[in-house]
Amino acid sequence: MLKENEIKVGDTHSAVLVEDLKRTQIVQYAGASGDYNPLHTDEIFTTQIAGYPSVFAHGMLSMGLTGTMLTDYVGDGALKKYGVRFTNQVWPGDTLTGKATIIEIREEDGSKVIDLAIETTNQDNVAVITGNATARIET
Amino acid sequence: MAIDKFLVEASHIMMFARSVGDANPIYHDEDYAKKTELGGIIAPPTFAQSSAQFDPDYFLRPKIGGEGWFGSGKEATGAKPSKESSGGGGGAAMGLHAEQHFEYHLPVKAGDVLTATTKPGNSWEKESKRAGKLKFSESVTEYRNQNGELVITATGVGVQTERAVDS
Repeated sequence: MLKENEIKVGDTHSAVLVEDLKRTQIVQYAGASGDYNPLHTDEIFTTQIAGYPSVFAHGMLSMGLTGTMLTDYVGDGALKKYGVRFTNQVWPGDTLTGKATIIEIREEDGSKVIDLAIETTNQDNVAVITGNATARIET
Repeated sequence: MAIDKFLVEASHIMMFARSVGDANPIYHDEDYAKKTELGGIIAPPTFAQSSAQFDPDYFLRPKIGGEGWFGSGKEATGAKPSKESSGGGGGAAMGLHAEQHFEYHLPVKAGDVLTATTKPGNSWEKESKRAGKLKFSESVTEYRNQNGELVITATGVGVQTERAVDS
């Protein structure tokens, strides 16, 4: 867990979440999550029937990858809230970078927490996820 | 959607963590996890989404011996043409995930047995140049553990688009 005396508003943490996203990783996420929508794994269906240029990642895969960056930063079991908006699709071949910025340090239910702004961007610097989180910190 | 029994198992957590690129030992190494304050393997923050595995009616999973699946086989779609086919074709009309929010009340641990109940939330519409009329709808799922304690509240927002969006 982060310690109050070691952080300040404006601090950021960022990490490369995935480089050159492979279709296989999307398949891996489909299998683990149970979301087998062919839009994510079936190139033939997705291009010929649904009319997309290729399969694309589950929004929840991007949220999960971003969550890895987030828990690496705030620690295990520290999250109180984590919410995102899916602002652009993520395609095979994308490289994603996630960033968390401390926007507030405050008290909630008798303990210290931080609010974080979250953004995950692709290799063209386009945001694919924007969101926020609240995490407990140590005092 | 209601899920009577969502068994939170260590091997499922391990597979899920791998799929989101998370090598943190708290998700796969019990010896390590036991020595932490949490006292055992916990689920990563978005793991609740995999409760779909335990929803008997989940529509995005091919059913054993059941109705046709809409992914490709011999043809580009396996779905029978008689079944609801709309405009741009099955997938695009089914809706995309617009937002997801989790509130964590208690840690979810390997060995927990959760139940989940979902209620509809708000719904609204918006015009978009890229995808035509957008219909948003919210659903709120409460996950409770074997002691009846609320562990996670998950709010999902889905959007149905008029046209396929290829950003």
